[in-house]
Amino acid sequence: MNVPGDLKYGRTHEWAREEGDLVVVGITHYAQDQLGEVVYVELPEVGNGAAAGDELGTLESVKAVSEFNSPVGGEVVEVNERLEEEPNLVNEDPYGDGWLVKISGTVEGEDLLDAAEYTAMIEAEGA
Amino acid sequence: MAPSRTALYDEHVAAGGRMVEFAGYELPVQYSSLGEEHTAVRTRAGLFDVSHMGEIFVRGPGAFDFIQLVSCNDHSKMTVGRAQYTGIMYPEATFVDDTLVHKIADDEYLLVVNAANRAKDAAYLSALADGREGVEVVDESDGWAQLALQGPRAADILQPLVDTDLTQLKYYRFVFAPACGRRALIARTGYTGEDGFELYCAPDAAPELWRAILAAGRPGGLLPAGLGARDTLRFEAGMSLYGHEIDHTTTPLEAGLGWIVKLDSKGDFIGRDILVGQRDEGVERRLVGFEMVDRGIARHGYPVFLQADAGEPVGHVTSGTQSPTLGKALGMAYLPVASAEPGAELFVDIRNRRAAARVVPLPFYSRPRT
Repeated sequence: MNVPGDLKYGRTHEWAREEGDLVVVGITHYAQDQLGEVVYVELPEVGNGAAAGDELGTLESVKAVSEFNSPVGGEVVEVNERLEEEPNLVNEDPYGDGWLVKISGTVEGEDLLDAAEYTAMIEAEGA
Repeated sequence: MAPSRTALYDEHVAAGGRMVEFAGYELPVQYSSLGEEHTAVRTRAGLFDVSHMGEIFVRGPGAFDFIQLVSCNDHSKMTVGRAQYTGIMYPEATFVDDTLVHKIADDEYLLVVNAANRAKDAAYLSALADGREGVEVVDESDGWAQLALQGPRAADILQPLVDTDLTQLKYYRFVFAPACGRRALIARTGYTGEDGFELYCAPDAAPELWRAILAAGRPGGLLPAGLGARDTLRFEAGMSLYGHEIDHTTTPLEAGLGWIVKLDSKGDFIGRDILVGQRDEGVERRLVGFEMVDRGIARHGYPVFLQADAGEPVGHVTSGTQSPTLGKALGMAYLPVASAEPGAELFVDIRNRRAAARVVPLPFYSRPRT
């Protein structure tokens, strides 16, 4: 499983990457693999506020529905509109074009895992 | 209780199957990709382990009368070597289970039943058989493995492995013939909407047959397929799944299964009076197919409404998914008959948002007939 070393991770399998004043959020390679081919993504409204751990939206595969949560507190400033037509980007490029939302905020002070801790967690799940 | 393993467990793990518990068995929900497995069955072939299905035998000189008593279909026209779909009925004309009845001999029938219902079915049938002359109900599920080879290339793949001419085996017929040299029941039946076969054999014969079919089929694009694709395939073909479209609260006439209800040709059977009433007075609700108009995927259990912003739920989604073949979000639900015609509008509550949908004819998918 691909777990980039420069990202922070939520326990519900989101990743967070700081870009200036924003935090880009997606789901991990492990999460998309568990979910299977994503066929529908429901994203939040731009302007919504979220506390760390709040549900931001849902990802659906043919088989299952899965919520994703905000790894950081802040306001949703952008959503990945490409996913409306190309939800499979979440599978094909989970750390790149398959990003979900950008949030005004910071990973500083949030209860997140580093790559080693996240890897240990998913290995304990059987990855 | 720990889940059981089928005779093919090691094959699934070796093939990268993602194992889940289903009806008390560890089975693969998918191998590499649900969508690819689904497409393989529609366009080429797929191989499923369905050993979890139950095999209940009804034997004795009273077997035929007993089958006629518990089933809503009429089995009097069946000859040896035919299979027929039916419902096992409660007195309320609701489903104990749905089943494929195989006539093995005049005094022997095989009922293939859902894994989750196997114990219930065996108990129900045994209780009815008790005190009747000349009929015995035996659950032999643990003595059988079952493989389903489905898809347009199934016959070409299977032919070299079996000692019988598959061109002579028509739809819903079966024969006993060697498969990879071992005794097997080979039926031209399935649960995908495609041509194909269901193969029943001894558990210890299953791994070799599994590997031989995979090896024979791989060059032609066969894939091993999991429970996920099995569900999307049967769903597109409009086939009912117990616990979803049919259960102990639904009758075959409500479920759109009037073709398995024979009220006039076979005499009395369990639940007949209720079904006569439904035929004469009409049913109040009916199973429909729908496609989403608004964005979103309707899932099993989501409430269904007739209005966008008011009213009480009139039912719930029995099954729903994104159709891999058709590329649409589709579902099935029970609706009041007045609102069940194709084109009628309904609304599905998707996580507290009412999304519009439209009734469409079932099945969603029919294979091209040659």
